[in-house]
Amino acid sequence: MAESISAGSAGPDKPVVDIRDLKISFNRIPILSGINLQVRHGENLVVLGKSGSGKSVLIKCLVGLVEPDAGEIRVFDKDISNLSYEQLNEVRLKVGFLFQNAALYDSMTVGDNLAFPLRYHFKKLKPAQIRQLVGEALDSVGLQEAIDKMPSELSGGMSKRVGLARTLILKPDIMLYDEPTTGLDTATSKEISALILEMQRKKNISSIIITHDMHCAKTTADRLVVLKEGVIAAEGSYDQLRDGDDPWTKTFFE
Amino acid sequence: MSAPGGAGTETINEMYKNMQTAADTESLRELLKKKFAPTGDSIAFAARFFRELVKPPFPGREFLHQCYLIGYKSCPLISLTGFIMGLVLTIQSRPSLAQFGAESMLPGMVATSLVREIGPVITALICAGNIGSRMGAELGSMRVTEQIDAMEVSAINPYKFLVVSRVLATTLMIPLLSVYTNAVGMIGSWAAMNIHTNIGFTRYFSAAMGHLEFLDIVPALVKTFLFGFAIGIIGCFKGFYVRGGTESVGRAANAAVVTASLAVFVLDMLAVQITDLI
Ligand SMILES: Nc1ncnc2c1ncn2[C@@H]1O[C@H](COP(=O)(O)OP(=O)(O)OP(=O)(O)O)[C@@H](O)[C@H]1O
Ligand SMILES: [Mg+2]
Repeated sequence: MAESISAGSAGPDKPVVDIRDLKISFNRIPILSGINLQVRHGENLVVLGKSGSGKSVLIKCLVGLVEPDAGEIRVFDKDISNLSYEQLNEVRLKVGFLFQNAALYDSMTVGDNLAFPLRYHFKKLKPAQIRQLVGEALDSVGLQEAIDKMPSELSGGMSKRVGLARTLILKPDIMLYDEPTTGLDTATSKEISALILEMQRKKNISSIIITHDMHCAKTTADRLVVLKEGVIAAEGSYDQLRDGDDPWTKTFFE
Repeated sequence: MSAPGGAGTETINEMYKNMQTAADTESLRELLKKKFAPTGDSIAFAARFFRELVKPPFPGREFLHQCYLIGYKSCPLISLTGFIMGLVLTIQSRPSLAQFGAESMLPGMVATSLVREIGPVITALICAGNIGSRMGAELGSMRVTEQIDAMEVSAINPYKFLVVSRVLATTLMIPLLSVYTNAVGMIGSWAAMNIHTNIGFTRYFSAAMGHLEFLDIVPALVKTFLFGFAIGIIGCFKGFYVRGGTESVGRAANAAVVTASLAVFVLDMLAVQITDLI
Protein backbone atom coordinates (compact mmCIF):
# COMPACT_ATOMS: atom_id res chain seq x y z
CA MET A 1 0.00 0.00 0.00
CA ALA A 2 1.09 3.55 -0.65
CA GLU A 3 2.84 4.68 2.48
CA SER A 4 3.77 8.03 1.02
CA ILE A 5 0.33 9.41 1.67
CA SER A 6 -1.04 9.17 5.14
CA ALA A 7 -3.46 11.20 7.11
CA GLY A 8 -0.61 12.75 9.00
CA SER A 9 1.33 13.93 5.98
CA ALA A 10 -1.09 16.79 5.47
CA GLY A 11 0.09 18.21 8.79
CA PRO A 12 -2.06 18.83 11.82
CA ASP A 13 -3.40 22.22 10.77
CA LYS A 14 -3.66 21.65 7.03
CA PRO A 15 -7.12 20.51 5.96
CA VAL A 16 -7.25 16.96 4.52
CA VAL A 17 -9.75 18.18 1.93
CA ASP A 18 -9.47 21.67 0.52
CA ILE A 19 -11.89 22.82 -2.18
CA ARG A 20 -11.44 26.27 -3.66
CA ASP A 21 -13.83 28.04 -5.99
CA LEU A 22 -15.14 24.81 -7.50
CA LYS A 23 -17.39 25.23 -10.53
CA ILE A 24 -19.21 22.52 -12.44
CA SER A 25 -21.92 22.63 -15.07
CA PHE A 26 -23.62 19.90 -17.08
CA ASN A 27 -24.86 20.79 -20.56
CA ARG A 28 -24.21 24.46 -19.76
CA ILE A 29 -26.47 24.32 -16.70
CA PRO A 30 -24.40 25.34 -13.67
CA ILE A 31 -24.68 22.84 -10.82
CA LEU A 32 -21.93 24.10 -8.53
CA SER A 33 -20.89 27.71 -8.93
CA GLY A 34 -18.06 28.53 -6.58
CA ILE A 35 -17.77 26.13 -3.66
CA ASN A 36 -15.19 26.77 -0.96
CA LEU A 37 -14.93 24.00 1.59
CA GLN A 38 -12.33 22.60 3.93
CA VAL A 39 -12.41 19.43 6.00
CA ARG A 40 -9.99 19.24 8.89
CA HIS A 41 -8.23 16.10 9.99
CA GLY A 42 -10.58 13.92 12.04
CA GLU A 43 -13.61 16.08 11.37
CA ASN A 44 -17.12 14.92 10.40
CA LEU A 45 -18.67 17.36 7.98
CA VAL A 46 -22.35 16.97 7.08
CA VAL A 47 -23.60 18.35 3.78
CA LEU A 48 -27.28 19.25 3.55
CA GLY A 49 -29.14 20.35 0.47
CA LYS A 50 -32.28 19.76 -1.55
CA SER A 51 -32.44 16.87 -3.98
CA GLY A 52 -30.56 17.73 -7.17
CA SER A 53 -28.52 20.49 -5.55
CA GLY A 54 -25.26 18.79 -6.52
CA LYS A 55 -24.21 17.07 -3.31
CA SER A 56 -23.28 13.80 -5.00
CA VAL A 57 -21.47 15.67 -7.76
CA LEU A 58 -19.46 17.54 -5.14
CA ILE A 59 -18.02 14.42 -3.52
CA LYS A 60 -17.49 12.72 -6.88
CA CYS A 61 -15.11 15.56 -7.74
CA LEU A 62 -12.98 14.69 -4.75
CA VAL A 63 -12.10 11.28 -6.18
CA GLY A 64 -11.79 12.36 -9.79
CA LEU A 65 -15.04 10.80 -11.02
CA VAL A 66 -16.31 14.16 -12.22
CA GLU A 67 -14.01 16.68 -13.82
CA PRO A 68 -14.58 20.23 -12.56
CA ASP A 69 -14.82 23.14 -14.98
CA ALA A 70 -12.85 25.43 -12.69
CA GLY A 71 -11.37 25.55 -9.23
CA GLU A 72 -8.87 23.62 -7.22
CA ILE A 73 -9.36 20.45 -5.20
CA ARG A 74 -6.66 19.29 -2.83
CA VAL A 75 -6.93 15.99 -1.00
CA PHE A 76 -4.06 15.26 1.40
CA ASP A 77 -2.53 18.40 -0.05
CA LYS A 78 -2.42 16.92 -3.56
CA ASP A 79 -4.08 18.70 -6.42
CA ILE A 80 -6.47 16.04 -7.75
CA SER A 81 -6.69 17.35 -11.30
CA ASN A 82 -2.91 17.41 -11.80
CA LEU A 83 -2.13 13.83 -10.80
CA SER A 84 -1.15 10.93 -13.04
CA TYR A 85 -3.49 7.92 -13.03
CA GLU A 86 -1.18 6.05 -10.65
CA GLN A 87 -0.87 8.99 -8.27
CA LEU A 88 -4.62 9.50 -8.34
CA ASN A 89 -5.09 5.83 -7.45
CA GLU A 90 -2.76 6.25 -4.48
CA VAL A 91 -5.03 8.99 -3.19
CA ARG A 92 -8.15 6.97 -3.99
CA LEU A 93 -6.88 4.08 -1.88
CA LYS A 94 -6.96 6.39 1.12
CA VAL A 95 -10.43 7.71 0.37
CA GLY A 96 -13.50 5.54 0.92
CA PHE A 97 -16.60 6.29 -1.14
CA LEU A 98 -20.06 5.02 -0.30
CA PHE A 99 -22.29 5.34 -3.36
CA GLN A 100 -25.85 6.56 -3.04
CA ASN A 101 -27.06 3.32 -4.65
CA ALA A 102 -24.39 1.10 -3.07
CA ALA A 103 -23.05 0.09 -6.53
CA LEU A 104 -22.32 -3.51 -5.53
CA TYR A 105 -20.72 -5.71 -8.20
CA ASP A 106 -23.76 -7.75 -9.15
CA SER A 107 -21.85 -10.64 -10.68
CA MET A 108 -20.18 -11.40 -7.33
CA THR A 109 -21.48 -12.63 -3.99
CA VAL A 110 -21.49 -10.27 -1.03
CA GLY A 111 -18.34 -11.95 0.28
CA ASP A 112 -16.54 -11.56 -3.05
CA ASN A 113 -17.65 -7.93 -3.27
CA LEU A 114 -15.67 -7.32 -0.10
CA ALA A 115 -12.79 -9.63 -0.91
CA PHE A 116 -12.27 -8.26 -4.42
CA PRO A 117 -10.53 -4.98 -3.50
CA LEU A 118 -8.47 -6.81 -0.88
CA ARG A 119 -7.29 -9.44 -3.36
CA TYR A 120 -6.56 -6.77 -5.94
CA HIS A 121 -4.49 -4.53 -3.69
CA PHE A 122 -2.96 -6.94 -1.20
CA LYS A 123 -1.68 -9.89 -3.15
CA LYS A 124 0.13 -11.25 -0.10
CA LEU A 125 -2.99 -11.82 1.97
CA LYS A 126 -3.83 -15.49 2.43
CA PRO A 127 -7.39 -16.73 1.73
CA ALA A 128 -7.92 -17.36 5.44
CA GLN A 129 -6.89 -13.79 6.29
CA ILE A 130 -9.18 -12.40 3.61
CA ARG A 131 -12.06 -14.48 4.93
CA GLN A 132 -11.45 -13.14 8.41
CA LEU A 133 -11.30 -9.50 7.29
CA VAL A 134 -14.48 -9.94 5.22
CA GLY A 135 -16.22 -11.55 8.19
CA GLU A 136 -15.21 -8.72 10.50
CA ALA A 137 -16.32 -6.05 8.05
CA LEU A 138 -19.72 -7.67 7.53
CA ASP A 139 -20.07 -8.09 11.25
CA SER A 140 -19.56 -4.37 11.80
CA VAL A 141 -22.64 -3.66 9.67
CA GLY A 142 -24.57 -6.59 11.14
CA LEU A 143 -24.80 -8.66 7.99
CA GLN A 144 -22.62 -11.68 8.54
CA GLU A 145 -25.33 -14.09 7.42
CA ALA A 146 -25.52 -12.46 3.98
CA ILE A 147 -21.98 -13.41 2.97
CA ASP A 148 -23.01 -15.94 0.30
CA LYS A 149 -25.94 -13.98 -1.09
CA MET A 150 -25.91 -12.26 -4.47
CA PRO A 151 -26.55 -8.47 -4.50
CA SER A 152 -29.85 -9.04 -6.32
CA GLU A 153 -31.08 -10.98 -3.28
CA LEU A 154 -30.52 -8.07 -0.89
CA SER A 155 -32.92 -5.33 0.11
CA GLY A 156 -31.97 -1.71 -0.53
CA GLY A 157 -30.92 -1.15 3.05
CA MET A 158 -28.86 -4.34 3.13
CA SER A 159 -27.07 -3.34 -0.10
CA LYS A 160 -26.27 -0.02 1.45
CA ARG A 161 -24.71 -1.68 4.47
CA VAL A 162 -22.71 -4.11 2.32
CA GLY A 163 -21.50 -1.11 0.30
CA LEU A 164 -20.40 0.50 3.54
CA ALA A 165 -18.56 -2.63 4.64
CA ARG A 166 -16.85 -2.88 1.25
CA THR A 167 -15.64 0.70 1.57
CA LEU A 168 -14.43 0.37 5.16
CA ILE A 169 -12.50 -2.84 4.50
CA LEU A 170 -9.73 -0.86 2.77
CA LYS A 171 -9.24 1.19 5.98
CA PRO A 172 -9.54 4.66 4.43
CA ASP A 173 -8.40 7.88 6.09
CA ILE A 174 -11.21 9.92 4.57
CA MET A 175 -14.74 8.63 4.12
CA LEU A 176 -17.27 10.10 1.74
CA TYR A 177 -20.75 8.89 2.62
CA ASP A 178 -23.52 9.53 0.12
CA GLU A 179 -26.72 9.18 2.15
CA PRO A 180 -25.56 6.32 4.38
CA THR A 181 -28.86 5.90 6.21
CA THR A 182 -31.39 6.39 3.42
CA GLY A 183 -33.73 3.42 3.11
CA LEU A 184 -32.93 2.05 6.55
CA ASP A 185 -35.32 1.65 9.47
CA THR A 186 -34.80 3.91 12.48
CA ALA A 187 -32.96 1.33 14.55
CA THR A 188 -30.52 0.36 11.78
CA SER A 189 -29.94 3.93 10.77
CA LYS A 190 -29.06 4.74 14.38
CA GLU A 191 -26.57 1.87 14.29
CA ILE A 192 -25.02 3.20 11.09
CA SER A 193 -24.79 6.70 12.57
CA ALA A 194 -23.08 5.18 15.59
CA LEU A 195 -20.71 3.29 13.30
CA ILE A 196 -19.78 6.49 11.49
CA LEU A 197 -19.08 8.15 14.81
CA GLU A 198 -17.04 5.16 15.97
CA MET A 199 -14.95 5.30 12.78
CA GLN A 200 -14.14 8.91 13.60
CA ARG A 201 -13.40 8.34 17.28
CA LYS A 202 -11.39 5.12 17.01
CA LYS A 203 -9.68 5.38 13.65
CA ASN A 204 -9.55 9.16 13.39
CA ILE A 205 -11.22 9.10 9.99
CA SER A 206 -12.27 12.43 8.49
CA SER A 207 -15.64 12.27 6.77
CA ILE A 208 -18.01 14.10 4.50
CA ILE A 209 -21.53 12.86 5.12
CA ILE A 210 -24.36 13.70 2.75
CA THR A 211 -27.67 13.08 4.40
CA HIS A 212 -31.33 14.00 4.61
CA ASP A 213 -31.60 12.16 7.92
CA MET A 214 -31.46 14.82 10.63
CA HIS A 215 -30.90 12.28 13.36
CA CYS A 216 -27.80 11.05 11.56
CA ALA A 217 -26.68 14.64 11.04
CA LYS A 218 -27.15 15.45 14.70
CA THR A 219 -25.27 12.37 15.87
CA THR A 220 -22.32 12.52 13.54
CA ALA A 221 -21.73 16.15 12.61
CA ASP A 222 -18.98 18.36 13.99
CA ARG A 223 -20.00 20.94 11.42
CA LEU A 224 -22.75 21.26 8.81
CA VAL A 225 -22.91 23.09 5.51
CA VAL A 226 -26.01 23.74 3.44
CA LEU A 227 -25.83 23.71 -0.34
CA LYS A 228 -28.18 26.00 -2.19
CA GLU A 229 -28.14 27.14 -5.80
CA GLY A 230 -24.58 25.99 -6.33
CA VAL A 231 -22.99 27.70 -3.34
CA ILE A 232 -22.70 27.09 0.37
CA ALA A 233 -25.57 29.07 1.83
CA ALA A 234 -25.03 28.36 5.49
CA GLU A 235 -22.46 26.80 7.77
CA GLY A 236 -22.28 25.99 11.45
CA SER A 237 -22.91 23.44 14.14
CA TYR A 238 -26.21 21.57 14.35
CA ASP A 239 -27.58 23.85 17.06
CA GLN A 240 -26.36 27.02 15.37
CA LEU A 241 -28.16 26.19 12.13
CA ARG A 242 -31.32 24.98 13.84
CA ASP A 243 -31.57 28.07 16.01
CA GLY A 244 -30.34 30.48 13.34
CA ASP A 245 -32.64 32.99 11.71
CA ASP A 246 -32.51 31.86 8.07
CA PRO A 247 -35.99 30.40 7.43
CA TRP A 248 -34.83 28.37 4.41
CA THR A 249 -32.09 26.62 6.39
CA LYS A 250 -34.52 25.94 9.21
CA THR A 251 -36.77 23.91 6.88
CA PHE A 252 -34.24 21.09 7.10
CA PHE A 253 -34.74 20.87 10.83
CA GLU A 254 -38.52 20.71 10.85
CA MET B 1 -32.44 59.08 -37.78
CA SER B 2 -31.92 57.43 -41.13
CA ALA B 3 -28.45 58.92 -41.85
CA PRO B 4 -26.56 57.56 -38.89
CA GLY B 5 -28.80 54.51 -39.01
CA GLY B 6 -27.40 53.59 -42.46
CA ALA B 7 -23.87 53.09 -41.23
CA GLY B 8 -25.19 51.47 -38.09
CA THR B 9 -27.25 48.89 -39.95
CA GLU B 10 -24.30 48.03 -42.12
CA THR B 11 -22.07 47.29 -39.21
CA ILE B 12 -24.82 45.43 -37.46
CA ASN B 13 -25.47 43.43 -40.60
CA GLU B 14 -21.80 42.68 -40.93
CA MET B 15 -21.58 41.76 -37.33
CA TYR B 16 -24.55 39.51 -37.72
CA LYS B 17 -22.99 37.90 -40.81
CA ASN B 18 -19.73 37.35 -38.98
CA MET B 19 -21.60 35.82 -36.11
CA GLN B 20 -23.47 33.60 -38.54
CA THR B 21 -20.24 32.30 -40.13
CA ALA B 22 -18.69 31.84 -36.74
CA ALA B 23 -21.73 29.90 -35.64
CA ASP B 24 -21.64 27.86 -38.84
CA THR B 25 -17.99 26.87 -38.47
CA GLU B 26 -18.63 26.17 -34.84
CA SER B 27 -21.56 23.90 -35.57
CA LEU B 28 -19.68 22.30 -38.45
CA ARG B 29 -16.77 21.60 -36.16
CA GLU B 30 -19.11 20.19 -33.59
CA LEU B 31 -20.86 18.11 -36.22
CA LEU B 32 -17.54 16.71 -37.47
CA LYS B 33 -16.49 16.08 -33.91
CA LYS B 34 -19.73 14.24 -33.24
CA LYS B 35 -19.39 12.20 -36.44
CA PHE B 36 -15.77 11.21 -36.05
CA ALA B 37 -15.17 11.26 -32.33
CA PRO B 38 -16.47 7.69 -31.86
CA THR B 39 -14.01 6.38 -34.47
CA GLY B 40 -11.11 8.16 -32.82
CA ASP B 41 -12.29 7.09 -29.39
CA SER B 42 -12.57 3.46 -30.40
CA ILE B 43 -9.07 3.47 -31.87
CA ALA B 44 -7.73 5.00 -28.66
CA PHE B 45 -9.71 2.42 -26.71
CA ALA B 46 -8.16 -0.42 -28.72
CA ALA B 47 -4.66 1.04 -28.42
CA ARG B 48 -5.08 1.23 -24.66
CA PHE B 49 -5.59 -2.55 -24.64
CA PHE B 50 -1.99 -3.20 -25.68
CA ARG B 51 -0.63 -0.68 -23.20
CA GLU B 52 -2.58 -2.16 -20.30
CA LEU B 53 -1.87 -5.73 -21.37
CA VAL B 54 1.86 -5.47 -20.79
CA LYS B 55 1.56 -3.59 -17.49
CA PRO B 56 1.18 -5.82 -14.42
CA PRO B 57 -0.96 -6.96 -12.65
CA PHE B 58 -2.74 -9.31 -15.01
CA PRO B 59 -6.41 -10.08 -14.22
CA GLY B 60 -5.90 -13.84 -14.42
CA ARG B 61 -9.00 -14.99 -12.56
CA GLU B 62 -11.35 -12.84 -14.61
CA PHE B 63 -9.62 -13.88 -17.84
CA LEU B 64 -10.12 -17.58 -17.10
CA HIS B 65 -13.71 -16.96 -16.09
CA GLN B 66 -14.36 -15.18 -19.39
CA CYS B 67 -12.69 -17.97 -21.39
CA TYR B 68 -14.95 -20.43 -19.65
CA LEU B 69 -18.06 -18.34 -20.35
CA ILE B 70 -17.18 -17.83 -24.01
CA GLY B 71 -16.25 -21.45 -24.65
CA TYR B 72 -18.97 -23.06 -22.62
CA LYS B 73 -21.86 -20.78 -23.52
CA SER B 74 -21.18 -20.77 -27.24
CA CYS B 75 -20.52 -24.50 -27.56
CA PRO B 76 -24.06 -25.83 -28.10
CA LEU B 77 -24.97 -23.17 -30.64
CA ILE B 78 -21.71 -23.53 -32.54
CA SER B 79 -21.90 -27.32 -32.55
CA LEU B 80 -25.34 -27.25 -34.09
CA THR B 81 -24.52 -24.56 -36.64
CA GLY B 82 -21.23 -26.16 -37.63
CA PHE B 83 -22.84 -29.54 -38.11
CA ILE B 84 -25.64 -28.12 -40.24
CA MET B 85 -23.23 -26.07 -42.35
CA GLY B 86 -21.10 -29.13 -43.14
CA LEU B 87 -24.17 -31.16 -43.92
CA VAL B 88 -25.83 -28.57 -46.15
CA LEU B 89 -22.61 -27.71 -47.96
CA THR B 90 -22.07 -31.35 -48.83
CA ILE B 91 -25.62 -32.01 -49.98
CA GLN B 92 -25.65 -28.89 -52.12
CA SER B 93 -22.25 -29.37 -53.76
CA ARG B 94 -22.74 -33.03 -54.49
CA PRO B 95 -24.92 -32.79 -57.66
CA SER B 96 -22.64 -30.29 -59.41
CA LEU B 97 -19.55 -32.35 -58.66
CA ALA B 98 -21.36 -35.53 -59.72
CA GLN B 99 -22.05 -33.94 -63.12
CA PHE B 100 -18.32 -33.86 -63.79
CA GLY B 101 -17.80 -37.24 -62.21
CA ALA B 102 -15.69 -35.54 -59.56
CA GLU B 103 -17.49 -36.83 -56.49
CA SER B 104 -14.20 -37.94 -54.99
CA MET B 105 -13.27 -34.25 -54.72
CA LEU B 106 -16.17 -33.61 -52.38
CA PRO B 107 -14.40 -34.14 -49.01
CA GLY B 108 -11.49 -31.92 -50.03
CA MET B 109 -13.73 -29.21 -51.38
CA VAL B 110 -15.92 -29.13 -48.30
CA ALA B 111 -12.87 -29.10 -46.03
CA THR B 112 -11.33 -26.22 -47.96
CA SER B 113 -14.42 -24.04 -47.84
CA LEU B 114 -15.03 -24.85 -44.18
CA VAL B 115 -11.50 -24.10 -43.07
CA ARG B 116 -10.90 -21.09 -45.26
CA GLU B 117 -14.17 -19.27 -44.96
CA ILE B 118 -17.28 -20.81 -43.52
CA GLY B 119 -15.92 -22.04 -40.20
CA PRO B 120 -14.22 -18.77 -39.17
CA VAL B 121 -16.97 -16.49 -40.42
CA ILE B 122 -19.87 -18.47 -38.98
CA THR B 123 -18.11 -18.77 -35.62
CA ALA B 124 -17.30 -15.08 -35.58
CA LEU B 125 -20.84 -14.06 -36.50
CA ILE B 126 -22.37 -16.26 -33.85
CA CYS B 127 -19.93 -14.91 -31.28
CA ALA B 128 -20.57 -11.34 -32.40
CA GLY B 129 -24.23 -11.90 -31.62
CA ASN B 130 -23.74 -13.96 -28.53
CA ILE B 131 -20.66 -12.53 -26.87
CA GLY B 132 -20.67 -9.02 -28.32
CA SER B 133 -24.17 -8.33 -27.04
CA ARG B 134 -23.44 -9.88 -23.66
CA MET B 135 -20.34 -7.74 -23.16
CA GLY B 136 -22.08 -4.59 -24.35
CA ALA B 137 -25.00 -5.14 -22.00
CA GLU B 138 -22.88 -6.28 -19.06
CA LEU B 139 -20.41 -3.40 -19.12
CA GLY B 140 -23.20 -0.98 -19.99
CA SER B 141 -25.24 -1.92 -16.97
CA MET B 142 -22.13 -1.83 -14.81
CA ARG B 143 -21.59 1.71 -16.04
CA VAL B 144 -25.12 2.97 -15.39
CA THR B 145 -25.30 1.37 -11.94
CA GLU B 146 -21.96 3.01 -11.06
CA GLN B 147 -20.14 -0.31 -10.63
CA ILE B 148 -17.35 0.89 -12.94
CA ASP B 149 -17.11 4.09 -10.90
CA ALA B 150 -16.97 1.97 -7.76
CA MET B 151 -13.92 0.19 -9.18
CA GLU B 152 -12.33 3.51 -10.06
CA VAL B 153 -12.71 4.89 -6.56
CA SER B 154 -11.29 1.78 -4.94
CA ALA B 155 -8.23 2.24 -7.15
CA ILE B 156 -9.02 -0.81 -9.27
CA ASN B 157 -8.34 -0.17 -12.93
CA PRO B 158 -11.67 -1.07 -14.56
CA TYR B 159 -10.16 -1.13 -18.03
CA LYS B 160 -7.65 -3.73 -16.98
CA PHE B 161 -10.03 -5.82 -14.96
CA LEU B 162 -13.02 -5.72 -17.31
CA VAL B 163 -11.72 -4.94 -20.78
CA VAL B 164 -8.26 -6.53 -20.94
CA SER B 165 -9.57 -9.82 -19.55
CA ARG B 166 -12.55 -9.93 -21.93
CA VAL B 167 -10.74 -8.87 -25.09
CA LEU B 168 -7.90 -11.29 -24.48
CA ALA B 169 -10.42 -14.06 -23.86
CA THR B 170 -12.27 -13.45 -27.13
CA THR B 171 -8.98 -13.11 -29.03
CA LEU B 172 -7.85 -16.53 -27.86
CA MET B 173 -11.14 -18.36 -27.65
CA ILE B 174 -12.63 -17.52 -31.04
CA PRO B 175 -9.76 -19.19 -32.96
CA LEU B 176 -10.24 -22.26 -30.76
CA LEU B 177 -13.97 -22.23 -31.31
CA SER B 178 -13.56 -21.90 -35.05
CA VAL B 179 -11.20 -24.90 -35.16
CA TYR B 180 -13.93 -26.71 -33.27
CA THR B 181 -16.58 -25.50 -35.75
CA ASN B 182 -14.45 -26.85 -38.60
CA ALA B 183 -14.24 -30.24 -36.93
CA VAL B 184 -17.97 -30.42 -36.26
CA GLY B 185 -18.62 -29.25 -39.83
CA MET B 186 -16.54 -32.16 -41.13
CA ILE B 187 -18.63 -34.54 -39.09
CA GLY B 188 -21.77 -33.03 -40.63
CA SER B 189 -20.30 -33.37 -44.06
CA TRP B 190 -19.38 -37.00 -43.41
CA ALA B 191 -22.95 -37.65 -42.25
CA ALA B 192 -24.28 -36.17 -45.50
CA MET B 193 -21.89 -38.34 -47.54
CA ASN B 194 -23.29 -41.37 -45.81
CA ILE B 195 -26.76 -40.69 -47.16
CA HIS B 196 -25.56 -41.92 -50.57
CA THR B 197 -22.37 -43.85 -50.06
CA ASN B 198 -20.94 -45.81 -47.21
CA ILE B 199 -17.61 -44.31 -46.24
CA GLY B 200 -15.73 -44.71 -42.96
CA PHE B 201 -15.04 -41.55 -40.95
CA THR B 202 -11.27 -42.06 -40.88
CA ARG B 203 -11.10 -42.53 -44.63
CA TYR B 204 -13.32 -39.55 -45.23
CA PHE B 205 -11.34 -37.40 -42.83
CA SER B 206 -7.94 -38.25 -44.28
CA ALA B 207 -9.26 -37.65 -47.82
CA ALA B 208 -10.42 -34.22 -46.68
CA MET B 209 -7.25 -33.39 -44.76
CA GLY B 210 -4.96 -34.50 -47.53
CA HIS B 211 -6.45 -31.78 -49.64
CA LEU B 212 -5.65 -28.91 -47.29
CA GLU B 213 -2.58 -26.78 -47.82
CA PHE B 214 -0.61 -24.34 -45.70
CA LEU B 215 -2.32 -21.38 -47.36
CA ASP B 216 -5.71 -22.83 -46.53
CA ILE B 217 -4.99 -23.11 -42.83
CA VAL B 218 -2.67 -20.35 -41.63
CA PRO B 219 -4.29 -17.20 -43.08
CA ALA B 220 -7.67 -18.48 -41.91
CA LEU B 221 -6.32 -19.00 -38.42
CA VAL B 222 -4.74 -15.54 -38.32
CA LYS B 223 -8.05 -14.11 -39.45
CA THR B 224 -9.88 -15.67 -36.50
CA PHE B 225 -7.58 -13.92 -34.02
CA LEU B 226 -8.52 -10.61 -35.65
CA PHE B 227 -12.22 -11.50 -35.49
CA GLY B 228 -11.89 -12.33 -31.82
CA PHE B 229 -10.08 -9.10 -31.04
CA ALA B 230 -12.60 -7.02 -32.96
CA ILE B 231 -15.60 -8.65 -31.28
CA GLY B 232 -14.12 -8.17 -27.81
CA ILE B 233 -13.03 -4.58 -28.35
CA ILE B 234 -16.31 -3.51 -29.96
CA GLY B 235 -18.49 -5.21 -27.33
CA CYS B 236 -16.48 -3.67 -24.50
CA PHE B 237 -16.22 -0.24 -26.13
CA LYS B 238 -19.97 0.03 -26.66
CA GLY B 239 -20.65 -1.00 -23.07
CA PHE B 240 -17.86 0.90 -21.36
CA TYR B 241 -18.97 4.31 -22.58
CA VAL B 242 -22.71 4.00 -22.09
CA ARG B 243 -24.24 7.25 -20.90
CA GLY B 244 -27.68 7.58 -19.44
CA GLY B 245 -30.15 5.04 -18.15
CA THR B 246 -31.14 1.46 -18.76
CA GLU B 247 -32.49 2.06 -22.25
CA SER B 248 -29.02 3.07 -23.42
CA VAL B 249 -27.76 -0.31 -22.20
CA GLY B 250 -30.08 -2.05 -24.67
CA ARG B 251 -28.92 0.28 -27.38
CA ALA B 252 -25.28 -0.44 -26.56
CA ALA B 253 -25.84 -4.19 -26.77
CA ASN B 254 -27.60 -3.78 -30.08
CA ALA B 255 -24.88 -1.50 -31.46
CA ALA B 256 -22.23 -3.97 -30.33
CA VAL B 257 -23.81 -6.79 -32.35
CA VAL B 258 -24.33 -4.70 -35.48
CA THR B 259 -20.85 -3.15 -35.43
CA ALA B 260 -19.09 -6.39 -34.56
CA SER B 261 -20.86 -8.32 -37.35
CA LEU B 262 -19.99 -5.61 -39.82
CA ALA B 263 -16.39 -5.63 -38.61
CA VAL B 264 -16.23 -9.39 -39.16
CA PHE B 265 -17.26 -8.99 -42.81
CA VAL B 266 -14.90 -6.09 -43.43
CA LEU B 267 -11.96 -7.89 -41.82
CA ASP B 268 -12.83 -11.01 -43.79
CA MET B 269 -12.79 -9.08 -47.03
CA LEU B 270 -9.41 -7.52 -46.19
CA ALA B 271 -8.00 -10.88 -45.15
CA VAL B 272 -9.14 -12.52 -48.39
CA GLN B 273 -7.53 -9.73 -50.42
CA ILE B 274 -4.26 -10.05 -48.55
CA THR B 275 -4.22 -13.85 -48.79
CA ASP B 276 -4.86 -13.50 -52.50
CA LEU B 277 -1.69 -11.46 -52.86
CA ILE B 278 0.47 -14.09 -51.14
N1 LIG C 1 -23.40 12.85 -15.36
C1 LIG C 1 -24.29 13.84 -15.36
N2 LIG C 1 -24.68 14.40 -16.52
C2 LIG C 1 -25.57 15.40 -16.55
N3 LIG C 1 -26.13 15.94 -15.47
C3 LIG C 1 -25.78 15.43 -14.27
C4 LIG C 1 -24.86 14.36 -14.15
N4 LIG C 1 -24.71 14.06 -12.84
C5 LIG C 1 -25.52 14.91 -12.18
N5 LIG C 1 -26.16 15.73 -13.02
C6 LIG C 1 -27.09 16.80 -12.63
O1 LIG C 1 -26.52 17.50 -11.56
C7 LIG C 1 -27.49 17.83 -10.61
C8 LIG C 1 -27.04 17.44 -9.23
O2 LIG C 1 -26.99 16.05 -9.14
P1 LIG C 1 -26.61 15.30 -7.80
O3 LIG C 1 -26.66 13.85 -8.08
O4 LIG C 1 -25.33 15.83 -7.28
O5 LIG C 1 -27.78 15.71 -6.83
P2 LIG C 1 -27.89 15.44 -5.27
O6 LIG C 1 -27.74 16.73 -4.56
O7 LIG C 1 -26.97 14.34 -4.89
O8 LIG C 1 -29.40 14.97 -5.15
P3 LIG C 1 -30.02 13.75 -4.29
O9 LIG C 1 -30.20 14.27 -2.91
O10 LIG C 1 -31.34 13.52 -4.95
O11 LIG C 1 -29.10 12.62 -4.39
C9 LIG C 1 -28.79 17.19 -11.04
O12 LIG C 1 -29.63 18.19 -11.56
C10 LIG C 1 -28.41 16.25 -12.13
O13 LIG C 1 -29.38 16.27 -13.13
MG1 LIG D 1 -27.12 12.37 -4.50
